[in-house]
Amino acid sequence: MDETLKSPLTVPGGISVEEREAPPLTLRDMFLRRFRRHTMAMVGIVTLVLLVIYAFGGALIFPEDYARHNDLDHALEAPSSAHPFGTDSNGRDILARTVYGGQVSLIIGLSAAFLEIVVGVLIGAIAGYYGGIIDSVLMRFAEAMLIIPQIFLLLVMAKFFAGKIPDVTIFGHTSSGSVIVIVVIIGLTSWMYTSRIVRAEFLSIKEREFVLAARATGTRISEIIFGHILPNSIAPIIVSATLGVANAILSEAYISFLGLGVQGTTPTWGNMLEKAYQYIESAYWLWTFPGLLIILTVLSINFVGDGLRDALDPRSRAV
Amino acid sequence: MTRYIVRRILQGIVLLFIISIVLFVLMRNMGDPIATMGGRSVTKPKDRERLTCLFGLDQPLYLQYVYWLVGNDWTEARDCDGDGIAENQGRLRGVLRGDFGTSLMNRGRPALDIIGERLPNTLLLTIPSEIIVIIISLLIGIYSALKQYTIVDHIVTGVTFVGYSMPIFLIALLSMYTFGVLFKRWGLPYLPTTGMFDPTIGKTPAQYALHLVLPLFSLTVIAVAGYSRYVRSTMLEVLGQDYIRTARSKGLPRQEILFIHALKNASLPLITIVGLDLPFLLAGALVTEGIFAWAGMGHLFIEHVSRGDTPVVMGILMMIALAVIVFQIITDITYAWLDPRIRFD
Repeated sequence: MDETLKSPLTVPGGISVEEREAPPLTLRDMFLRRFRRHTMAMVGIVTLVLLVIYAFGGALIFPEDYARHNDLDHALEAPSSAHPFGTDSNGRDILARTVYGGQVSLIIGLSAAFLEIVVGVLIGAIAGYYGGIIDSVLMRFAEAMLIIPQIFLLLVMAKFFAGKIPDVTIFGHTSSGSVIVIVVIIGLTSWMYTSRIVRAEFLSIKEREFVLAARATGTRISEIIFGHILPNSIAPIIVSATLGVANAILSEAYISFLGLGVQGTTPTWGNMLEKAYQYIESAYWLWTFPGLLIILTVLSINFVGDGLRDALDPRSRAV
Repeated sequence: MTRYIVRRILQGIVLLFIISIVLFVLMRNMGDPIATMGGRSVTKPKDRERLTCLFGLDQPLYLQYVYWLVGNDWTEARDCDGDGIAENQGRLRGVLRGDFGTSLMNRGRPALDIIGERLPNTLLLTIPSEIIVIIISLLIGIYSALKQYTIVDHIVTGVTFVGYSMPIFLIALLSMYTFGVLFKRWGLPYLPTTGMFDPTIGKTPAQYALHLVLPLFSLTVIAVAGYSRYVRSTMLEVLGQDYIRTARSKGLPRQEILFIHALKNASLPLITIVGLDLPFLLAGALVTEGIFAWAGMGHLFIEHVSRGDTPVVMGILMMIALAVIVFQIITDITYAWLDPRIRFD
């Protein structure tokens, strides 16, 4: 019996073929292999980890009061050993402010991207699955949101909520309530691209046989959408989410530059750049360091997103 | 197909109405145009009352919207200065008859005139930018796709990524700083940094071109980075297809394969995103125009929004809304026309 089950081929050297066969690659293995091949994505991940350690671990070195401590005698000092990144116009140490600013900026980026993905996936899934009138209405709604400029919404919200939102306390440290307004607005104005992608995926996947089988056996619609179709379209969603974080951080910087960002004394990388606008020539350290940090963060996220896209796309030429 | 187009147009009209209502309501909450009408001092309370009545700002919101839409020259005249004689006959003809009203900020200049003054400036900036972006990103994208994972690909990728990751105002400020300020300091020929032309020389095309360089550069860098990655990935996808392999094995020349077979199919998604970007050419680039003092639509928008100048802002927004809807319909139809596999029914 054993003889017949063994493979008839033997390679010179006495090793039989079945001993040399590797187990089949799982999807996850293929993904990791292709991801690791993308050097820049690996560099991106390392940089991101370092930046997260910088922003959140730096809090262990600099107490928060240090970042808000006004010391007008030492305003606008160039980088020195006492203040490695210099001081700003209020005498606050820029290194400490970039640490705490980093926390706020990263949290804004992640939350806004999360909100955007949730809304985008829901709307795209429903529009893609049901089609017809629901699809038309939802896509027109997406167009409407595209037309309303982000800046406009922010200006209106800023006027509306001026002074009405209390300070928010997360993880024991307080920040201005305008953080929530900004997260909501960025999230609500960026979901449109995600929803289009999700809708396209749903339109093509819902015609496949396994969906037909699920419907024939009477599976509930919510289970079909979230249990069957959605896991198969996760790849572009992941890429979209990653790039969404990068876009949210850039949006936050843009909004702060126009003066509509996080108000008050809460630092973010964006509003540090806003305050530095007048000092471009005279005090380069005010904008160089937050600017560099923004560029590094967004760059790493973009590399990681690109690596994910290359690794998750089954149709691209690599490997 | 015709039914689909008609359906989309009807949906578009409904959408325009709904958007105009939403925007109008939002706009009304935006600040107080009367506050600045006192000239150099704050408007006096009596004047404030009179002006509010004169501009129809004291009427209920839905009525103000109706007047914006269809005008108020068919309504009865109202009395605004308390002397018992109705003399404030409305003069708006309403948007549906082509009258966007007069600006509250610029004392009675028709809103469309103000917009029309700034629109060509914006188009002068955004249209060349779009053309350059498309050409360069096609070149870079195709080259990157052909030479995937070589050194040149990595360098080009790196540079475009850095460009993509910078906030636009940072690029604008840095380019202004380097090419305008630093070059001047070092005695090199430098580029002008603000405005659209040098007042001492006048509005010559050469002046415009010179002042265009820096803002154009800032606008294109980011877009080129984004688009070229997109072109690269679609080209890669197309080049991996079977029909390309067939063409190669048939011995077709490389140029022909690239431009006739591959590029045609890879350009479909690109057309989609370009089509979706086109309406925003009208909107201008807020921050870039601000930094370079380029008198365009984005700048106009910010100025008038913060002062609550409804007619002008509604004019700009409705123009953009119309453009977005029209271009979305055109893009969807073009996409369906170019790709015979897509059917919309």
